[in-house]
Amino acid sequence: MRLATTANEAYTASLAVSELLGCKQCGGGRGQDEELGIRIPRPLGHGPSRFIPEKEILQVGSEDAQMHTLFADSFAALGRLDNITLVMVFHPQYLESFLKTQHYLLQMDGPLPLHYRHYIGIMAAARHQCSYLVNLHVNDFLHVGGDPKWLNGLENAPQKLQNLGELNKVLAHRPWLITKEHIEGLLKAEEHSWSLAELVHAVVLLTHYHSLASFTFGCGISPEIHCDGGHTFRPPSVSNYCICDITNGNHSVDETQVNSAGNVSVSDSFFEVEALMEKMRQLQECRDEEEASQEEMASRFEIEKRESMFVFSSDDEEVTPARDVSRHFEDTSYGYKDFSRHGMHVPTFRVQDYCWEDHGYSLVNRLYPDVGQLIDEKFHIAYNLTYNTMAMHKDVDTSMLRRAIWNYIHCMFGIRYDDYDYGEINQLLDRSFKVYIKTVVCTPEKVTKRMYDSFWRQFKHSEKVHVNLLLIEARMQAELLYALRAITRYMT
Amino acid sequence: MEKMSRVTTALGGSALTGRTMHCHLDAPANAISVCRDAAQVVVAGRSIFKIYAIEDEQFVEKLNLRVGRKPSLNLSCADVVWHQMDENLLATAATNGVVVTWNLGRPSRNKQDQLFTEHKRTVNKVCFHPTEAHVLLSGSQDGFMKCFDLRRKDSVSTFSGQSESVRDVQFSIRDYFTFASTFENGNVQLWDIRRPDRCERMFTAHNGPVFCCDWHPEDRGWLATGGRDKMVKVWDMTTHRAKEVHCVQTIASVARVKWRPECRHHLATCSMMVDHNIYVWDVRRPFVPAAMFEEHRDVTTGIAWRHPHDPSFLLSGSKDSTLCQHLFRDASQPVERANPEGLCYGLFGDLAFAAKESLVATESGRKPYAGDRRHPIFFKRKLDPAEPFVGLASSALSVFEIEPGSGSMSWFVDTAERYALAGRPLAELCDHNAKVARELGRNQVAQTWTMLRIIYCSPGLASATSLNHSVGKGSSCGLPLMNSFNLKDMAPGLGSETRLDRSKGDTRSDTVLLDSSATLITNEDNEETEGSDVPADYLLGDVEGEEEELYLLDPEHAHPEEPEYVLPQEAFPLRHEIVDTPPGPEHLQDKADSPHVSGSEADAASLAPVDSSFSLISISHALYDTRLPPDFFSALVCDMLRFYAEQGDVQMAVSVLIVLGERVRKDIDEQTQEHWYTSYIDLLQRFCLWNVSNQVVKLSTSRAISCLNQASTTLHVNCSHCKRPMSSRGWVCDRCHRCASMCAVCHHVVKGLFVWCQGCSHGGHLQHIMKWLEGSSHCPAGCGHLCEYS
Repeated sequence: MRLATTANEAYTASLAVSELLGCKQCGGGRGQDEELGIRIPRPLGHGPSRFIPEKEILQVGSEDAQMHTLFADSFAALGRLDNITLVMVFHPQYLESFLKTQHYLLQMDGPLPLHYRHYIGIMAAARHQCSYLVNLHVNDFLHVGGDPKWLNGLENAPQKLQNLGELNKVLAHRPWLITKEHIEGLLKAEEHSWSLAELVHAVVLLTHYHSLASFTFGCGISPEIHCDGGHTFRPPSVSNYCICDITNGNHSVDETQVNSAGNVSVSDSFFEVEALMEKMRQLQECRDEEEASQEEMASRFEIEKRESMFVFSSDDEEVTPARDVSRHFEDTSYGYKDFSRHGMHVPTFRVQDYCWEDHGYSLVNRLYPDVGQLIDEKFHIAYNLTYNTMAMHKDVDTSMLRRAIWNYIHCMFGIRYDDYDYGEINQLLDRSFKVYIKTVVCTPEKVTKRMYDSFWRQFKHSEKVHVNLLLIEARMQAELLYALRAITRYMT
Repeated sequence: MEKMSRVTTALGGSALTGRTMHCHLDAPANAISVCRDAAQVVVAGRSIFKIYAIEDEQFVEKLNLRVGRKPSLNLSCADVVWHQMDENLLATAATNGVVVTWNLGRPSRNKQDQLFTEHKRTVNKVCFHPTEAHVLLSGSQDGFMKCFDLRRKDSVSTFSGQSESVRDVQFSIRDYFTFASTFENGNVQLWDIRRPDRCERMFTAHNGPVFCCDWHPEDRGWLATGGRDKMVKVWDMTTHRAKEVHCVQTIASVARVKWRPECRHHLATCSMMVDHNIYVWDVRRPFVPAAMFEEHRDVTTGIAWRHPHDPSFLLSGSKDSTLCQHLFRDASQPVERANPEGLCYGLFGDLAFAAKESLVATESGRKPYAGDRRHPIFFKRKLDPAEPFVGLASSALSVFEIEPGSGSMSWFVDTAERYALAGRPLAELCDHNAKVARELGRNQVAQTWTMLRIIYCSPGLASATSLNHSVGKGSSCGLPLMNSFNLKDMAPGLGSETRLDRSKGDTRSDTVLLDSSATLITNEDNEETEGSDVPADYLLGDVEGEEEELYLLDPEHAHPEEPEYVLPQEAFPLRHEIVDTPPGPEHLQDKADSPHVSGSEADAASLAPVDSSFSLISISHALYDTRLPPDFFSALVCDMLRFYAEQGDVQMAVSVLIVLGERVRKDIDEQTQEHWYTSYIDLLQRFCLWNVSNQVVKLSTSRAISCLNQASTTLHVNCSHCKRPMSSRGWVCDRCHRCASMCAVCHHVVKGLFVWCQGCSHGGHLQHIMKWLEGSSHCPAGCGHLCEYS
């Protein structure tokens, strides 16, 4: 059966390629091929990420044994070695847990049928107009026997999945608005109702793909070669790109220039790192001395929360969603909205009252066995991952910095840790970094290479990927906490 | 809850009274603690910190410790504890990492005494020393435990667990210097308060966080721990290595655990999520809680026994903002709702049955099971008269053993293996199967096969040969019968004699298959014909004439719808049928059953050789050819199949179904067929008869069945180079990057049929390998393996 499947896969893949390669916008691609009439696609991007120079990224073939088994596992599970894997392999320990979880969610025993899982992945990725993930999962969706008609839009999918659209929307952009009524609406919809186990599976998938979309944009993952925008049929010598390549976001040429411009201020950024380390040292030492009052502490959280609303990048260019992705939206206008800016009062979520370790884990593991364990491990690895380095410095305790990043993201979602002094965030995270975090977490589709380059200029790419891992896991946990709390409230 | 049951317990002079009651709090509680005098309880939560007096009928709010205009995070309590020596002393753990002590003796409204802000993260637990007045211990999310002396401004010592967050700390009640701490990573550590540098002992108690622990109030070595893995474990710490002595599996993560006073084996638990009830367990009976309190509507966050020597009052606080006092006697007892009977089959077909002794005792003559050599004693419990469970615990276990041999299914296995179901002409199949059945001593089945052959096969060559065959078999014992036929004059006498037998032996199961009315009629026919009591005429008269007469009579009764039926044939067979009815082991008799069952028409053929002394055989053949089409019998055959299936011999039903194929299939509805097939396949698989079962699947005509062997057809293969499993692709090895399915003979990639040795994984084109192995017994790849081609 395995043989048949793989053969099948190869067949559909080639089909997909030949269909997709039709690149309708540019008729120029046609007709300039070999005598056989076969048009050979060439990779467009420069390596798996548009942000990270190809030479920085591990070359397949030069990996060590551990990475090799990871690649092998990834290839065995997905039948491909995607760009996400190639970027994440900077942190093999995390990648292992990530792949295991993703494999379990998509392919192992679970309450939802396989094509539902991929479709939910498509729905979630489409909320952030992440054509990369959408394309991958469209292929997988068709491969597991999904109905191609569903791909024409959510309204063509079964009512049951349509009902999930609302939750998807809220979860992606304003998770704090999820109430037990949302849950009730899904669970009690007569013949279209979800079971609790299915719902938990769906919620985990949605949050997983929302945050994976963040990673995709945050690290500038290039499209896969067989997907839209991942290839060209022109010989590499042709210098001017045709318009369709640019709309697909391959501005790599312009951006290398920006990069070289960024290198001018090397000396500046060197001091940046020094300054950051100095601040960490200070905070460590004088923590006990300057004891902030309770009121002060409380207001610091509020200030940080409010300020996070106004942290936005200046270059707010509107990205036109690629055509195939937009069909999954019903409401494109519904994006990230800052809560206090709109005058609605959202009570702060106290992590001491509902936290992942005690409550979320138990609920997930009860309704979707083993997944709680897998996600828990993933959170743990992401939160505790450290090489004790900062840029060129070694043996640095980065726990304070990591905690600041984690808590800043939760703060943006209104989640408060009673035992954290939110003043630290202001000291440790500078504005350009906050802009990046905010954009990646809340509106990932607006991330540009300039943003990626402008924060932590002296840090290594692997460290920036590390930051991205923290971002996506913190985001996933925040969304999960809100969704699971609503489910718990529904159950009690 | 409103029951006015008043309980008075003598406690050395003082007496506790009260009832099950609850009161509403303003906010969810996180923890509760009881004062030494058992008359007051403190409730703490994120936005509540109050002391209630426990009165007989109700809780009365006595004091609100949450004072001040602006609520501070210092008042957001994760835990609270009341000193067991000093009733004015309280300590709370705040979510922001502050440890606060409270002195109720202070004259001002604010009772806050001291503030320790040494922890960097949330403090999860505080604990006073049981006998020392000024020693306080705290455990925090930051992984540290700190010991405070209340007479000093800061901590005396800091203990670093080196393993993640501390979830609980508890002083040992018996050992002055010892305390236990539990961690988020599943560890439990034992510390000596005098040695902050390293722990005395550490072991992994749970998978995932250990949320709570409690020392046994009397038994000095026992520590109970509860974790996120839904387990409560009781550890014996007196031994060199901590030993798990009891384990209780609950249905949700365990948030708190508290030993019940005065009951050595009881402990109370509540859970952190999903489950709102409080359970009291007897650790020796870990499957059903001894008692259950179901008052709360949200998760219970704090439990405390009201008095350290009174087992009947339990206090609890909950997220649903209520404080409850539970009376043990008002608890619901799940064991009352449990089914006290158990039934189980053993590996060898033995049946064990356990029930309350009272139930079993009524049935006299059955000894309770005492265990035998073959079975170890499963569960034996010493009965402790002091146990509250005594009445329920005395159950009787009976084991019903199967008589050796009676359960043997060897005939089933033999039959399944030896039956031929396809691939030969029907007649041969029937004969073969009949032979198999006969050899296994299943005469009735053998008979059925023979009949089927007779019904469905043309009486030409095949039937003649097979008949000779069967006669030859039966000749040794059938001689007297032959004689009786040869001596024609004996026949009528024999006939009348056995007729009586026939009526007596009517209950043979075979007759069920027979269209009974037909039998009766034919019997009557016989009686009519022979009841004329003219044996002499019959004997002396012309055979043809005689039969002619009978023919005239017969059709009217037995087969009016078959006017062309020829009587001469009929007369004798009927007699033979009667002759052979009495049950017996003789083959001939069995054989003679067949006409009986299948209908009188068939008799002619089966008995033709016997009758050949009358030279009737030519007639019989001629008659047969022109007579009933086999369709005529299909209803009868279907009845027979159903009969076998109902008898439990689904093997017969399916085998016949397969052998007869189209001939009967349409007469039995799909569902029944499917049902038979699935049952038979299931049986075959239980006996590990995989080949037979697959053959049956393959031969079945029902779609639902034949698709059975389309499932799970994955074949896992190893790479022929590196001998490791090929996980993702069948033809390319991930590890050595080579095409695996190369023909070892011609060294080309095999497309199409690939045959390989299961021993060394080498193989190639089917033809090549066949050819190779004809000439050599070694593997063509040269690996030295002696491959076998079969």
